[in-house]
Amino acid sequence: MADAHYHSIRFDDSACHGCMACLRICPTQAIRVRRGHAMMLEDRCIDCGECIKVCTKNAVLSLTAPPTGLGGFDYTVAIPSPALYTQFDLDVTPGTIHQALRNSGFDAAATLSWSCRAVTHAIDLFLSEYGGPWPLISSFCPSVVRLVQIKYPELVDQLLPVLSPREVAAREAKRTATAATGLPLDRIHAVYVTPCPAKMVSIVDHPGMEASFIDSAVGISDLFPLLAPVIREVQTSGAKVPETETAAGLGWAFSISLPSTLPAEDTMSVWGLPNVLRILDDIDKGKLQRYRFIECHACFEGCVSGALTVENPYVARARALRLQQSLPKRDPVDPADLRARHERGDFRTSVPFAVRPPQPLGRDIVTAIARMQERDRVAAQLPGIDCGACGSPACATFAEDVVLGAAEMAQCVVQRQAQLEEQLARLTGVGSPAGRGADGTGRPGDDGH
Amino acid sequence: MSDAEFVHAYDVAGADFTNAGRASTGIKETLKHMGLPSPLIRRVAIAAYEAEMNMVMYARRGAMTLRVTPADVVIVARDEGPGIPDIGLAMREGYSTATPEMRELGFGAGMGLPNIKRNTDDLAISSEVGRGTTLVMTVHVS
Repeated sequence: MADAHYHSIRFDDSACHGCMACLRICPTQAIRVRRGHAMMLEDRCIDCGECIKVCTKNAVLSLTAPPTGLGGFDYTVAIPSPALYTQFDLDVTPGTIHQALRNSGFDAAATLSWSCRAVTHAIDLFLSEYGGPWPLISSFCPSVVRLVQIKYPELVDQLLPVLSPREVAAREAKRTATAATGLPLDRIHAVYVTPCPAKMVSIVDHPGMEASFIDSAVGISDLFPLLAPVIREVQTSGAKVPETETAAGLGWAFSISLPSTLPAEDTMSVWGLPNVLRILDDIDKGKLQRYRFIECHACFEGCVSGALTVENPYVARARALRLQQSLPKRDPVDPADLRARHERGDFRTSVPFAVRPPQPLGRDIVTAIARMQERDRVAAQLPGIDCGACGSPACATFAEDVVLGAAEMAQCVVQRQAQLEEQLARLTGVGSPAGRGADGTGRPGDDGH
Repeated sequence: MSDAEFVHAYDVAGADFTNAGRASTGIKETLKHMGLPSPLIRRVAIAAYEAEMNMVMYARRGAMTLRVTPADVVIVARDEGPGIPDIGLAMREGYSTATPEMRELGFGAGMGLPNIKRNTDDLAISSEVGRGTTLVMTVHVS
């Protein structure tokens, strides 16, 4: 069942000191600090994990599965994110990692090359038949999808309706497992080894699909301490490990993944949520229609910098480049087979992407107008310095919180200070200090000193 | 009939390409917060953006005033600038006075005013050469 309010992030009140690091970094202004602890506005969070990355107290938790809880299924198959391959030393090949995953309790580990390559072909075939509206927006980063659903509802129809490589990999791995074991599909458990919490959202909320082919996700950072020693064992055992991944497939996953059939000038690759926001904003204004395909990544360095990775993202990217050079060059897909599957709709999303607009300021336009007036009136009294001390990320959001009854004017420390100084000045007959406003706004005053 | 009305003014600086688009983004965000239907917001946003870019490209300074009532969204874009000598000509698709520098930035296709016209229910233009231009753009809420 799709759950629009599901989030893969939780704040741990016992660990949170209310330091406001997450408040400031949240790209959708979905965090407030109230009574000394961070909390989430569920209708605005896109699960990008920036709060996890910035928190030094481990007070932001990812609701991925604990690696110890993966037993108890008839057959469990690991679906590694390509980012997993970049978290270990250069001599640790994907084949070694697959062997280590099998030695750690997974019944199988899926390869990604075929699904990555298949999806690139599927995008090319889809584009050859697509007539607009332009540009299409890539839909493989769950945070980008949720951002569009929440903030740009007019653009949901421009999300690429092609299944992600991870979903295709999980489906194919389940089919392979059923064929090998005779078990029914619903007894095969697919676990994504994820670089970020957002993938949990795509499993539970499954935008564009009736259900995800993936059943749960374990964070790379949770699995890493268990997997690393097993990898060493595989390496020291001297056993010959076959290499199943190929450069042709993984090259796409590790670099800019733009459709090969489009001229470069018709495409664009955008990295990092602040940049993604600006580009989506432009598309929303009717700009950029001459572009055909825009690839958007929530993370600045792509999936290797997800909130649940362990390696420095630049080291990880260097390893990814090296891996591309060292893996076999063989192309894992058969174009005729792919075209047949494409014609069956094998790579298409099955339901439209839903919109998820956040709660408006008022249920009806008259209420919304009144509250918006009130918001402007409150904002005019605020200093406009976005200090965050009130627990809202900016003065404008604080004004909104006040109007909605979620915050009180007295929480603005700058305004309170100005009021105190004014009272003090009245009591002592001495003017307020230069540079401080006596008008109660906290803005520098120009009244007579 | 309610006489509820929300009014907010946004300044626009001529030739400030760094902040160009901020006013129309602010208008769009405000309307989204108010829970207006998203197809309506998109039309308003496109019209507001075109008007804002015209001011940034041609005018010394300008202001956009957003007015929301239960019946209409009205944006008044008023600038101090060169004015439009022939409004009929300026409304023609493909007609443009953009400089090569403006074209370099992706403008100057001669679609600005026609695009505003297309995305609004009513567009009133008044202009005085050498003084400035005022656009009144109206989109009906229901």
